[in-house]
Amino acid sequence: MKRVPGMTGELLGPRGVEIIAALKMARVEFVAALPDVWTSMGFLWPLAQDPDLRLIRVCKEDEGVSICTGLAFCERRSVLSMQYTGFLDSVNSIRGTAVNYNQPVCMLIGLLGKEPGVAPGDSKRYDIRITQGVLDVMGIENVTVEGSEDVALIPPGIERAYETARPFAALIGRTVRA
Amino acid sequence: MMQRDQCFEALKKVRGDAVIVSRYSAAFDWGAIDPSPLNYFGIGAMGQCSSYALGMALGMPGHKIIVLDGDGSLLMNLGSLVTIANVAPPNLFHFVCENGVYEVNGGHPIPGQGRVRFTDFARGAGYPHVFEFDDLATFTAEIPRVLGLRGPVFATLKLVAANAEEVDFGKLNSADARRQFKEAIRPFLQRGREAGRTAPV
Repeated sequence: MKRVPGMTGELLGPRGVEIIAALKMARVEFVAALPDVWTSMGFLWPLAQDPDLRLIRVCKEDEGVSICTGLAFCERRSVLSMQYTGFLDSVNSIRGTAVNYNQPVCMLIGLLGKEPGVAPGDSKRYDIRITQGVLDVMGIENVTVEGSEDVALIPPGIERAYETARPFAALIGRTVRA
Repeated sequence: MMQRDQCFEALKKVRGDAVIVSRYSAAFDWGAIDPSPLNYFGIGAMGQCSSYALGMALGMPGHKIIVLDGDGSLLMNLGSLVTIANVAPPNLFHFVCENGVYEVNGGHPIPGQGRVRFTDFARGAGYPHVFEFDDLATFTAEIPRVLGLRGPVFATLKLVAANAEEVDFGKLNSADARRQFKEAIRPFLQRGREAGRTAPV
């Protein structure tokens, strides 16, 4: 397994406050989310308390794809936070709405169980491996966020999504710390 | 039971400048009856109409967003009822066209045809206002009051199944349709920003 270029391979994941700050830097106002073990404590709970971001708790991830699309039409920025299982379950919505309709749906995808410092596509875990593969096949730009220094990849990715009207995904490769 | 086009004619009279989000059969009928650029046709992924509308209701607070959902479509996205009720956008009006069949897909019955009560789903999900209409005169008389309520509002329209007609999916699905919609809502977004209700991207 090769190490991820640009990743430190540290044992510590990014901090939730860093991701929240990155979203604010990208002028995100809304976060649609389903709890994910990878991001729950460090990111989602602090986000729920943040007065500058509105958390929309959804029952199923594909709702979030469409909610973010509706917000994008209204020139409001949002992201959808979910586990990779929710991403895989939402592929048809992402295809039909974000890709075919050229909508800047931005996603934070928790890769529960990914090995530290290993690129998602090189994971020994089939479900982790195919998540990045599906994104690539769909032509969706994606970055891997493994440690604090990778959080800086999120704001420009969101900017590009809104500039080009294309979806974007940040794969969260480690447990997000509080 | 009512005819869908007759219901829509009644809705057209009181629509004002509301955004209408519709899908499949309802979209074809509505687009023919009231071809306004303030119509958004959510064809991209079946079942997602109510969720597009929730995003728009949050993005355009103070502006009416009306969903013309289908029964088969809503069955694919029942969780959206709970999500919408939880968010409770006061400007969202959710109509479900219940004809009991997948009209554009050969007329097959929806699961639970004739037994499913969509109003029960909506009430259980927490919508504060829930209606069921099966008579055109009542619907026509009540619709102004219904649209005057603080949302989210849910209403089932009990309809007779129509025959699927040749439809132009390409037009509803087109990038042009989305661009026109975006341009049409822009003045309202600007007004909302001036009123301090929203911020630009």
